[in-house]
Amino acid sequence: MPVNLMQLAKEFDKKDPGITQGHRLCPGCGAPIIAKFVLMVAKHLGYEPVVGLATGCLEVSTTIYPYTAWSIPYIHNAFENVAATISGVETAYKALKKRGRIPDKKYAFIAFAGDGGTYDIGIQSLSGAIERGHKFVYVLYDNEGYMNTGNQRSGSTPPGAYTTTAPVGKLLPGKAQLKKNIVEIVAGHENVYAATLSLSEPMDFFNKVEKALKFDGPAFLAVLSPCVRFWRISDDKAVEISKLAVETKYWPLYEYERGVYRVTRKPRSFKPIEEFLKAQGRFRALLARPDAKDIVDELQKYVDARWERLLVLEEATKDKPIR
Amino acid sequence: MEKVYEKKALTGAEAVAYAMKQINPDVVAAYPITPQTPIVEYFAKFVADGEVDTEMIPVESEHSAMSAVVGAAAAGARAMTATSANGLALMHEIVYIAASTRLPIVMPVVNRALSAPINIHCDHSDAMAERDSGWIQFYVENNQEAYDLTILAVKLAEHEDVRLPVMVNLDGFIISHGVEPVELYPDDLVKGFVGEPKPLYPLLDTEHPVTYGPLDLYDYYFEHKRQQIEAMDNVKKIFPKVAEEFERTFGKKYDFVEQYKLDDADYVMVALGSTNSTIKYVVDWLREEGFKVGLLKVWMFRPFPKEQIQSILVGRKGVIVLDRSASFGAEPPLYEAIKSALYEAAVRPALGSYIYGLGGRDIKAEEIRKAFEDAINGNLIVDEQRFLGLRE
Repeated sequence: MPVNLMQLAKEFDKKDPGITQGHRLCPGCGAPIIAKFVLMVAKHLGYEPVVGLATGCLEVSTTIYPYTAWSIPYIHNAFENVAATISGVETAYKALKKRGRIPDKKYAFIAFAGDGGTYDIGIQSLSGAIERGHKFVYVLYDNEGYMNTGNQRSGSTPPGAYTTTAPVGKLLPGKAQLKKNIVEIVAGHENVYAATLSLSEPMDFFNKVEKALKFDGPAFLAVLSPCVRFWRISDDKAVEISKLAVETKYWPLYEYERGVYRVTRKPRSFKPIEEFLKAQGRFRALLARPDAKDIVDELQKYVDARWERLLVLEEATKDKPIR
Repeated sequence: MEKVYEKKALTGAEAVAYAMKQINPDVVAAYPITPQTPIVEYFAKFVADGEVDTEMIPVESEHSAMSAVVGAAAAGARAMTATSANGLALMHEIVYIAASTRLPIVMPVVNRALSAPINIHCDHSDAMAERDSGWIQFYVENNQEAYDLTILAVKLAEHEDVRLPVMVNLDGFIISHGVEPVELYPDDLVKGFVGEPKPLYPLLDTEHPVTYGPLDLYDYYFEHKRQQIEAMDNVKKIFPKVAEEFERTFGKKYDFVEQYKLDDADYVMVALGSTNSTIKYVVDWLREEGFKVGLLKVWMFRPFPKEQIQSILVGRKGVIVLDRSASFGAEPPLYEAIKSALYEAAVRPALGSYIYGLGGRDIKAEEIRKAFEDAINGNLIVDEQRFLGLRE
């Protein structure tokens, strides 16, 4: 049985999960909850986490010198290179263990990065580290834009979301392109565990973190991370919006393990994508446009098709790992 | 004391790879680029044959090479990489971070012209673009020095009063691919000299967790930069001690600069890298004809050994500075540094600036002789940019 939220809450009531109080992230931000969930599972399983951070909200808000919110080893190098950096740390561990210069501990090497540092500027570094097969867990907190610098468009921003570099204007309906499918990009490396996670499904979340930690190779966890500030939602809505994302097929929960797909949550009924869009101020300008219906219909078709495709992939790859 | 060692005919790249083999670093992360490639190839073979037990990371770019090495060094490993030209430029962001994080990384740089236009041959534009990155910079004249200074650099970088990364610059093709006899020291001697690494605040020490790379704003950043400036200044105190120990161990003497026939020299040429060999030949040639000329070879360009250079150049009649790179819109880097060092001299020598060898253009003894003759004939004009071996 994987660990549940109650157990973790009890265990960490008086125990430090690794990221502690005093950070300066916005109230209601998804990122620190994600970091805490991941680290609690790691510590619960007896790992000694060593974390790498890409430049971004989680990094700048937790380590304003001379303070740090991290009570575990932490390294931030730059924006686009957290995967390469943690691969260096992991390799140093292998070298020093081999040479008997460090005690043999059950380390967990974990990288945290936002969508800018993952989908865009950091994708090469991520691809290289996965291809080389380093044993690390890469945690993407996907808030769908460059939120740390004030809401600019990224390769993860959904179509029609308001950003300052793809604003909804008199002529243009905001970002015109769909999000990259980052999990499929990672899955293309084949020798990898990759999964989508949602704050609204803690059991599924913890289960996937555990699998990622125990996976004999690189693991990639994509977590939708609502941004209260630029998704224009109130600060008690991160979990609710995450739930809507799953229920509208916007953020299907599934995993990929060396070629095998598994859909881990299959809601009995789905809600229309419009409900996900309506719940967030970032889509307000889009929904006010005369052509809003066309754009929403288009998006609905896309999430439906992607969901169908996932189910087919699950069926087709069942018990057929390619590596 | 002169010691005798086994001599082997090696390319500079082979000599550097051999030094790396003897250093046996914990981690090497590298990406191939001409003309650095043979260093990575030789080293990969040492790993494949089990002649070293270094963990090698075959990264997908130079940016990731430096990033991985930063991660490894912070974790507590002795880490190395090597690169050239565009690869160094691609790493630039992390080159600066490595120094500012005070990580004692050693990186041989096989000097090659920066693009554009793309060119694979030697000049110093790559390393000079990094001269303010906070790395210690050596420039070597030949394969022996490439071997020696790669070994010496490890000890200097890791010294507790330094803790800074070191770039060992060797001229692309001329040194990296040219074969020369190199005296190789016994493994145990090298091992003893570099010693066991003593990491400071290693990331893997979970009992004493540290935060590397915090956000450092206007309230502390400035003080941290001041500490970095002081660490660089410390190099001037520590390097002579490390060089002395190197001499005691291996019998080879290194300094900030090498002085060649300078005692009574009226006219002094100043240069970096492999061209110094040709200059020595020209000095001998002119001396045979009775001209009092000499050479000041700069081994260490960062930190710049201003005081020593000043004391050597004061009172000379003419100083000819050769640069293998340009600083567009300003004086070339070595000339600028030499000129600045002479500012405080009571009687300043005549000074001339010559750019040569860009993009691997060969430099001939006659051209060097011509520059000396300019000085001898009283024809040095300060700040007049001259070129050697350039078609007009």
